[in-house]
Amino acid sequence: MAKEITGNHVKFAKRNVSAGILFGLGFVAFIDETVFHQLLHWHHFYDQSTTEIGLVSDGLFHAFSWFATVAGLFLVADLRRRQAFWLKRWWGGMLLGGGAFQLYDGVIQHKLMRIHEIRYVENVLIYDVVWNIIAALMIIAGTIMIASTRSQLRGVFNGT
Amino acid sequence: MEHNDPSLGTPIEVLLLILFGLLIVFYIFAGWSSSRKEHLRTWPIYRYILWIFGILSALTAIIGPLANRAHHDFTAHMTGHLLIGMLAPLLMALSAPLTLLLRTLPVKSAKVVTQLLRTVFIKRITHPIVASILNIGGLWVLYTTDLFAFMHNNILLFLFIHFHVFMAGYVFTIAMIYVDPVAHRYSYIFRSVVLILALSGHAMLSKYIYANPPLGVLQEQAETGAMIMYYGGDCIDVILIFILCYQWYISTKPRESFKWNPSA
Repeated sequence: MAKEITGNHVKFAKRNVSAGILFGLGFVAFIDETVFHQLLHWHHFYDQSTTEIGLVSDGLFHAFSWFATVAGLFLVADLRRRQAFWLKRWWGGMLLGGGAFQLYDGVIQHKLMRIHEIRYVENVLIYDVVWNIIAALMIIAGTIMIASTRSQLRGVFNGT
Repeated sequence: MEHNDPSLGTPIEVLLLILFGLLIVFYIFAGWSSSRKEHLRTWPIYRYILWIFGILSALTAIIGPLANRAHHDFTAHMTGHLLIGMLAPLLMALSAPLTLLLRTLPVKSAKVVTQLLRTVFIKRITHPIVASILNIGGLWVLYTTDLFAFMHNNILLFLFIHFHVFMAGYVFTIAMIYVDPVAHRYSYIFRSVVLILALSGHAMLSKYIYANPPLGVLQEQAETGAMIMYYGGDCIDVILIFILCYQWYISTKPRESFKWNPSA
């Protein structure tokens, strides 16, 4: 996909990134809910230590991520019908959105708002570190991928 | 839980059964008779199915084994709540009863109905924000006050609350996705934002119930019930989200081919 970058790809360059961000955010939240809550039972549905703001933040992100998953996929459909889907930028956006949500979840929601731990074991620190490093790596990888498409963007503008 | 069991007295049950039966009969009759008019298209079969399943899921919540269990079992109550407050309104809204009514009635009466729809009251309650507050706010009142306990001791209150839960769910659904004609169409982005806020209010209430069971509900049942509310809500919400996004997607269809051609 998108071997040849056309004017439509350039025109909708931003939409490719935002479609990826929305889907990535929704997808990570979905994995969180199915794998860590339902399958592994590591995360608890509710933890007594949850702060009020934690409850609000959790509810908002839950609803938003559900919406974002669906909306993100419809944006992909929209880009495809406009022949403007740019896989690399979309992947970049997806990693960026997914990583950003995971970092927010791992640092703000788990630690500051205390909604729940990653796993209820003695040494949870190692889980926290791995969790947040993965999040950071996703953000970095996504940023690099988006940045690497810029040269192609400029190429089309200059007509080369 | 200690409740004197106010299971619906048989006369009321029969009355409700007749009422719901009539709703199905009226719908089918309207669909059939309006389809005979020459200038109108045949009313689609899937709409009849949606309407019938909508009525049945509302009925399941107030009559029968699930409804009887709901008086002393919070998980049954919550399942019924999902059926009458979310699933039934969604199915019935998708069956476009208002469109059917308007095409079945004679022109004069249809005009009266459209005028009713334009009244300030209807305009106000179908505003996405008002509809959300009526729906989600009503639930917060029900589950965070003693109203929930009272409800199981008074049959009229029980019926009124279930009617309110259904109506609030229906108004909420038609305020978010437009299948039938509406008084005022709000933008997709506005409805999306309000929908997300409303759904998050629903998710927060589920977790609140998990931690703070309503009066008379056992901790264990509150926990299971809260999770039914949370994940069951998600299942129905995703249909609502999908339809809203789909309608948005269709409405932004590009008018011409976007194939970029620099030499043209």
